[in-house]
Amino acid sequence: MTLLDASGIQTIYGQGCSECLNTTGDRAGTNQCPHCGSVVACADADLSVRSGEVVGIVGESGSGKSSLAETLTLERDPEATTDGEVSYAGYDGNLLDVDYQTRHSLRTDEIGFVHQHIRDGLDLDFTGGGNVAEKLLSAGSRSYENVRKRVRELFEATEIPPARMDDPTRTYSGGMQRRVQIARALATDPELVVLDEPTTGLDVSVQARVLDMFRRVQREEGVAAVVVSHDLGVVRLLADRTLVMRHGRVIESGLTDRIMEDPHHEYTQTLINSVL
Amino acid sequence: MTERDSNKGVDDSDPQAAETDGGTHVTSDSVDAALDDIETTGVAGYNYAYLDEHTKREVRRAMLKAVAIPGHQVPYASRPMPLARGWGTGGIQASLSLLDPTDTFKVIDQGADESVNAANIRRLAADTADVETTTDTTAADVIQSRHRLPEEVLTDEQRLVLQVPITDALRKVDPSDTANRRRHAHQNYGKMWVHLYENVVEYGEINIASRYPTMVAGRYLMDPSPIPRWDVPKLDDADHLTILAAGREARIYAVPPHTSVEPLAFEDRAFTVERFPDQACHACGSTDTYLVEVSEETADEGGFETRYACNDSSFCAKRRENPALSKDHHLDQSGVDWGPGTPDAGDGGETE
Repeated sequence: MTLLDASGIQTIYGQGCSECLNTTGDRAGTNQCPHCGSVVACADADLSVRSGEVVGIVGESGSGKSSLAETLTLERDPEATTDGEVSYAGYDGNLLDVDYQTRHSLRTDEIGFVHQHIRDGLDLDFTGGGNVAEKLLSAGSRSYENVRKRVRELFEATEIPPARMDDPTRTYSGGMQRRVQIARALATDPELVVLDEPTTGLDVSVQARVLDMFRRVQREEGVAAVVVSHDLGVVRLLADRTLVMRHGRVIESGLTDRIMEDPHHEYTQTLINSVL
Repeated sequence: MTERDSNKGVDDSDPQAAETDGGTHVTSDSVDAALDDIETTGVAGYNYAYLDEHTKREVRRAMLKAVAIPGHQVPYASRPMPLARGWGTGGIQASLSLLDPTDTFKVIDQGADESVNAANIRRLAADTADVETTTDTTAADVIQSRHRLPEEVLTDEQRLVLQVPITDALRKVDPSDTANRRRHAHQNYGKMWVHLYENVVEYGEINIASRYPTMVAGRYLMDPSPIPRWDVPKLDDADHLTILAAGREARIYAVPPHTSVEPLAFEDRAFTVERFPDQACHACGSTDTYLVEVSEETADEGGFETRYACNDSSFCAKRRENPALSKDHHLDQSGVDWGPGTPDAGDGGETE
């Protein structure tokens, strides 16, 4: 069953002009329009996620991965002009146009988001447990004991020492803060989790543990995921299907194995050769 | 509210009235002479109830809007008052806009009628608005209060004005007013719930002494001003109108009569009021009132003893004369729900 279907996703920073789309992209070799100077962060991006499936998005910095991910989670950047269509199973119409209440309930109940920057996703003055509880309380839980129990479960599932549950989040290590974000994203049993650079800034051994943990939890809970990373290793480990982005466009997509073993696009070939 | 009070205090036949409206015209050259001048002319130059008519009209308009949207903070142009902002200027502006010469006015400062600030506010109203003043809760038409609701039940003929230092309950969890206004608009109070959650984690119960976050009419989260938890249940489905006014922050909000006021709490960690186990007021012997600790010097040199006393001094005085006096003695009906210690008190009404 298709959970999320996005087509023609487009995010432009700047005033934009009629030439923007023709003068940017892979063939033009840039994402900035030479006529008006606007940056086309992403355009013509199509993506669908089936339930329980993991889709990876790879590409170099500035290729539009995060812009695409933010659009999928209905994050709104007031400086950007967004266009396209996102539909989600069980909701009518284009999610990019919905009112605040629908968007809020989608974001608390259905779609979890692990932000690239910790500060965007967590309140560091709250306790780690409080950050996870916020999701449950926003979704309407009013029983302290139930919230407490669920937070403890999530801490155990994401391998954060439950003894640290009531310490302020700013006292946590980088790896623990990532895990708190993942625990928070999973708190309300969403159908879909979007992870933006889940391992950036972590050392290799912690990266491996966070990824292992996520892969296990993802399989146990049967949650679908979109994983955004510049690291091919992360995507190869987690994703069933992969999209490769460059200069704001999706240049290649397919099964992860196929992309890794038989890359068609010249850029993908370079990318894979440079890593492996 | 009528307009009959509009020119009170200024002689209509006086051609100078228009000129002196809104302030005393000082003609003297020296400060001493100016002070003498005020001594002799008194407050005759001031408009009725100190504020000019435009200001009163604007405050009334803000109050009406606040009544229409219970719990919503309505901005108004808070005027400079003859005392520093943060000392009750919002409450004074609301009271002076409400009063007319037939009203009787009472001012309480943390339960006491005798504090300097309460006495001065009362005198300002008596001098400029020509009202009777009282310390008896049941005799008052308008009651301005700082940090307390009276122990005696307020009726649908009375209006309560509470002074408010901080208008937004959410500021405790986020200092950004812009973000908080958005939260109010979207009824997004998740952060406040996290605050309560962490409170329970730390203390085992919700431990907020005053400014307890409350939902008004199931829609807006309201800071009920720094009243103790004890007083919060009194606001729920009350007969009287409560106006909450902040001078420094220039916001007015209201709890209209018979509006639901629900303190935030978990299903399994209920809202509780302050407990005074085995304590009674040392002066009147009450056990069903909000008590405060007072330290007093004992007879022997350098000794101190701590005793409990009623916080509401005017009710305490009545109880000293008649210890059996109930909180609803002035009402016809029986079994009134007026928070803790009254017969039909609902949630939080248990004092033990």
